[in-house]
Amino acid sequence: MTSASASKKSTKNEISPIITINKLNKWYGKFHVLKDIDLEVNKTEKIVICGPSGSGKSTLIRCINRLEVHQEGSIIVDGTELTDDVKQINEIRSDVGMVFQHFNLFPHLTVLENCTLAPIWVRKKSKLEADEMAMELLTKVKIPDQAKKYPGQLSGGQQQRVAIARALCMQPRVMLFDEPTSALDPEMIKEVLETMIELAESGMTMLVVTHEMGFANKVADRVIFMDEGQIVEQNDPKNFFNNPKSDRTKLFLSQILNH
Amino acid sequence: MNKNEVFIKLPDRPPPSSTVGIIAWTQKNLFSSTTNTLTTILFFYLIYLYIPPFFDWAIFNANFSGSDRSICDANKAGACWTFIKVRFDQLLFGLYFASNPDQIWRPVVALSVFVLILIPLVIEKTPHKKWLLIFLLTIYPIIFIILVYGGYFGIPISNTTQWGGFLLTFALAFVGIVLALPIGIILALGRRSEMPIIRALSVTYIEFWRGTPLITILFMASVMLPLFFPSGVEFDKVVRAMIGITLFQSAYTAEAVRGGLQAIDKGQSEASMALGMGYWQRNVFIILPQALKISIPSIVNTFIALFKDTSLVSIIGLLDLLNMSQTASRSLDWNGYDIEGYLFAGFIFWACCYGMSSYSQKLERKLDTEGRTE
Ligand SMILES: Nc1ncnc2c1ncn2[C@@H]1O[C@H](COP(=O)(O)OP(=O)(O)OP(=O)(O)O)[C@@H](O)[C@H]1O
Ligand SMILES: [Mg+2]
Repeated sequence: MTSASASKKSTKNEISPIITINKLNKWYGKFHVLKDIDLEVNKTEKIVICGPSGSGKSTLIRCINRLEVHQEGSIIVDGTELTDDVKQINEIRSDVGMVFQHFNLFPHLTVLENCTLAPIWVRKKSKLEADEMAMELLTKVKIPDQAKKYPGQLSGGQQQRVAIARALCMQPRVMLFDEPTSALDPEMIKEVLETMIELAESGMTMLVVTHEMGFANKVADRVIFMDEGQIVEQNDPKNFFNNPKSDRTKLFLSQILNH
Repeated sequence: MNKNEVFIKLPDRPPPSSTVGIIAWTQKNLFSSTTNTLTTILFFYLIYLYIPPFFDWAIFNANFSGSDRSICDANKAGACWTFIKVRFDQLLFGLYFASNPDQIWRPVVALSVFVLILIPLVIEKTPHKKWLLIFLLTIYPIIFIILVYGGYFGIPISNTTQWGGFLLTFALAFVGIVLALPIGIILALGRRSEMPIIRALSVTYIEFWRGTPLITILFMASVMLPLFFPSGVEFDKVVRAMIGITLFQSAYTAEAVRGGLQAIDKGQSEASMALGMGYWQRNVFIILPQALKISIPSIVNTFIALFKDTSLVSIIGLLDLLNMSQTASRSLDWNGYDIEGYLFAGFIFWACCYGMSSYSQKLERKLDTEGRTE
């Protein structure tokens, strides 16, 4: 039933969705954290998700690569529905890159090894191929000279760019970002956002949880506002910022734009 | 007045003499109060009372020469190290090698190879430590068996019933440590598994063996294990002890490893999951390398405990270093010289355990500083 409705929409739009979320519900114990979420993400679309703390933004994007398990509804990524099948989950995960708030680089591996480990063992690339690709992407995020260093020797901004390169080395079709700049000192936020803007311009499909409204304005095709586990409002950035419809959105925007 | 003058840096002055130097240290640490002073005086009095006589007995009046007890019997004021000298091979390598002096090169080479691998492993800057360690854990046991047990390349077999002394202590502890490590790692992972059955099995195993004293396990191993085999099959005693020790030790290793696993940030496994890595890939490449490094000090602590516990094999009639000294000092030739035997065994145990303990302390300090700079 869900796939039928998805295919109907895709023929209508002529653009196929890469992620289809249908009536998604999730509970932590008794706490209903995601309520009836419906979301379609088209190829190359850039979506910014914002909302107050605890509204379920992280939970939502973590459901997409099954770092969190949902209880009701369906999530279809690139034609494959997320089930308990471990092999399928790993396949989807290898196609979906994720960048975390706290980088989560592997501290015992060098920057280069961080980037090549999964391509070698999951994608079964040769070491040579993986190294080449990693160096290319490290050059794109402007830190090729740090390849032999360990993450602990880098600044926060550099670490986050390594994390982006590490995810890109898997040649993902979608990139998920969970507040990628909120653990960074102000002077480093810019370098990470620039990297993300370049990535967006290259045509990557991106779901970004962030409160950087400048980034949303510049890059997003759609801004989604979440509150209390629901999608309250979504619109293109211009309309979203200039004529928010719901009171909750207005309140939220006034709070984050004022400080 | 020049504004800068206010900020002229004063030169460092040496601290007042009352806070440094031997006199100050003595005052502060030994005579700071009446109780402290009395304790100090009592302590030095006890040292005066016991230490010089001990050295007189152990060194200045001691007997080193000769090859039988007559010299010692003639000079009872000193220790009889002649006993240790004459029975040295037996205490270190057991009865087989003591009675076949032409074979003694075998345990000597086996133990020397061990030391030769261990030294670079302990030195911080050695490259390729990983491969040395892997060699020690896989190839070395084979070398040890070929050399000490024999049976290949024309090397005569030394029956395990005749194994004893330090060599037996070493073999038991080494096997216990090496086999318990992988089993312990699996158990620790099992205890954190998401599958309830695997978790329950691991918890039961760990808690069962941790709750049972080693001496009971060894006793059961000698009484129970043969029941599972057809009668007539003589089950090697040393192997029995090794099985018992491994079962016991793996539970302790598991808990030490679990401590390390718990210290690893959840973000590490999430990041590796997000890259599509499977369970074993995540653990082998990301989680275990970090967790094991953290748990080395506590793993070494379990090694030390095990090393000393090997003496309990006397319950099934095996003669490790301690029991061998005891036996030797009760033989007709050397009856009455058991203090020397105990001192010798005690010294070797102490040296090995002290070595392990200072290594683990060194590692702990190193991990501490690494933790702070990261
Ligand atoms: N493992 C968990 N167990 C129970 N409750 C959880 C768990 N993880 C999150 N929650 C709760 O679910 C709600 C949504 O969490 P989530 O992390 O998705 O919020 P968020 O929108 O990302 O907030 P933030 O901006 O603070 O990151 C919060 O109220 C949180 O307390
Ligand atoms: Mg969050």
